[in-house]
Amino acid sequence: MAYRWGMAVDLDKCTGCEACVTACHAENNIPTVGAGQAARGRAMHWIRVERYYEGNFPDVRVKFRPVLCQQCDNAPCEAVCPTYAAHQNEDGLNAQVYNRCIGTRYCANACSYNVRFFNFFNPEWPKPLHLQLNPDVSIREVGVMEKCTFCVQRIKAAKTVAKAEDRPLVDGALQPACAQACPTTALIFGDLNDPTSRVARLSHSPRGSKLLEDLGAEPKITYLYKQPWHEPDAY
Amino acid sequence: MNRTLTKPIADDLIRPLFQTSIWFYAIVFAAATVVACGAAAWGYQIWFGIGVAGIRWPVFWGFYLVNFVFWIGISHAGTLISAILRLVNAGWRRPVTRCAEAITVFALMIGAMFPIIHLGRPWLAFWLFPYPNAREIWPNFRSPLAWDFFAINTYLTGSVLFLFLPMIPDFALVRDRSTGWRRTVYGFLAFGWRGTTKQWNRLESAMQIMAVAILPVAVSVHTIVAFDFSMAAVPMWHSTIFGPYFVAGAIFSGIAALIIAMAVLRKTLGLEKYLLPLHFDNLGKLMLLMCILWAYFVFAERLTVWYGNEPSEMAVFWATQRGAYAPFYWTMVVCNFVIPFIILANPRTRTILGCVIASFGVLIGMWLERFLIIVPSLAHKQLPYSWGSYEPRPTEIVIMAATFAGMVLLYALFSKFVPIIAIWELKAGLPSRLDPASQTEASLLATRLDTESFPPESGMPKGAHR
Repeated sequence: MAYRWGMAVDLDKCTGCEACVTACHAENNIPTVGAGQAARGRAMHWIRVERYYEGNFPDVRVKFRPVLCQQCDNAPCEAVCPTYAAHQNEDGLNAQVYNRCIGTRYCANACSYNVRFFNFFNPEWPKPLHLQLNPDVSIREVGVMEKCTFCVQRIKAAKTVAKAEDRPLVDGALQPACAQACPTTALIFGDLNDPTSRVARLSHSPRGSKLLEDLGAEPKITYLYKQPWHEPDAY
Repeated sequence: MNRTLTKPIADDLIRPLFQTSIWFYAIVFAAATVVACGAAAWGYQIWFGIGVAGIRWPVFWGFYLVNFVFWIGISHAGTLISAILRLVNAGWRRPVTRCAEAITVFALMIGAMFPIIHLGRPWLAFWLFPYPNAREIWPNFRSPLAWDFFAINTYLTGSVLFLFLPMIPDFALVRDRSTGWRRTVYGFLAFGWRGTTKQWNRLESAMQIMAVAILPVAVSVHTIVAFDFSMAAVPMWHSTIFGPYFVAGAIFSGIAALIIAMAVLRKTLGLEKYLLPLHFDNLGKLMLLMCILWAYFVFAERLTVWYGNEPSEMAVFWATQRGAYAPFYWTMVVCNFVIPFIILANPRTRTILGCVIASFGVLIGMWLERFLIIVPSLAHKQLPYSWGSYEPRPTEIVIMAATFAGMVLLYALFSKFVPIIAIWELKAGLPSRLDPASQTEASLLATRLDTESFPPESGMPKGAHR
């Protein structure tokens, strides 16, 4: 049975604590580039928490929106890659083959969500972070594009175990690092092909919508919110 | 053939190959130094990583891609213009074609380097070649970058042939007038040219075929460069007008480069007898046409975006129209339209100096146009949270300067080793030779009404003659 991994992001639950960002960095060996490079736009966060402010002080409301790779069915990043480094894998994930990437950065330009990140230099970690690297995740070298994988290493491991024990994957037993770290369970991960899974039910919720849905990329992440979300004025 | 006329032409045009002034060495040395600095900067970038350039999240394409589009645009000077002029048999093209075709080849060579320079891992650029390999992976033919690869290679091959074919008789001429190693080298390059009727016929038909074949290739190249942008759903990139808009801009900047190159050659090689004010006047008219066409395209693009009022596109629109990029935008409008239009529309200012000033304006304006297409759009994509900015770093600026010096270097060397004006074509254009173009021109001249052909006493009514 083919899986189709998706996520629901409950904006009514998100507190903007950024635990997901930290967990993602730890799980996926994402380099910390330092303050200087971060100021020059080289920070890499496969998941980020966007903050939008409404109203004037002291009557200010802040809205948070975690944005990660939307794992689009019709992904604009994949078609433009000249070497097939960006491609759709059998589970519907927008996979990135680091060894195949030559660094044209076209995928990052084509991505409307700006969730692809580039290794401008070889990765470095300040001590003692270099001691906590995840052995299941490869390190990316300079000149290579990288992005959220939905923790594909966890998916592979869980599928292997389930296959060895000859049982299907249980909904909720498998979580990417961001969903696992979320204290308010605002991020719900699962198989969209399983109609009984939580994420499949939530993706049909009346509170649900897709980010930049009109662009037609068909993202697999559903954003849930009760309050009407006004896209801030673009200019 | 009229010996008294053709002998001094050949002498004049071959002289630069045998006499070298100190200025030649000075120019070559200066240009080579800058090129070496650029090579060092590229080495520095490869060693430390592409991060030494200014590109960043979310503006992943910067100066390198701007220069790529700019140089590919310049390359439309030659082949396209000279092919059109050949096909319509414009007699005045003769001293212009080779200068133009050489620009094409060199600008393409320079432009084609930028997609490699800008790669994160340039040592793997060969993965764009469709070659059989153990991985059994081909390039992704859905990617506009793969289209670019084929388009540029086709155009480069075609342009080199188009430049080389009419050089063969001139190489033979140089061979016959030289001794020693020059005789050997030019003899090899002349491919055994003896000037027989059969050879001339073959050359003429080959030139006709190339001139027809190169036109669609040239148009397709810059259309595909435009597709690099218009295929992506990025605000103000995703536009159907980009293909023709880029082609028009490319020809526009190409003519400007050609006028500057011709003016420099005219002074440095003493070609005042061959590159006449007439040539600059005609090219100036052509540039005026492209100037108006360019303004029309910008107007059409801007008006439709503004009228459509799509929020993400309007963000880019206002950023260029009156935001952070507005100074560049209005400089572009002045350099690309106001200055060239005022100078070129007036026959009294359409002199050599006027054309050169207008051309410098156009080169600056067209460079800014490419910058304004690439950077503000990437800096203002759909999600306002991820907006950003871009500023170039020294590495990018040095490499850019090196490409301009590279053009000077290649052009100086070319004009040193090859007669920069096609000698045989010039001879063929002499009025003594009754080729179809001269015949047409002669018959056109004969139909002009003047007092000599219609003297007043021949019965014409008064006032009918000029």
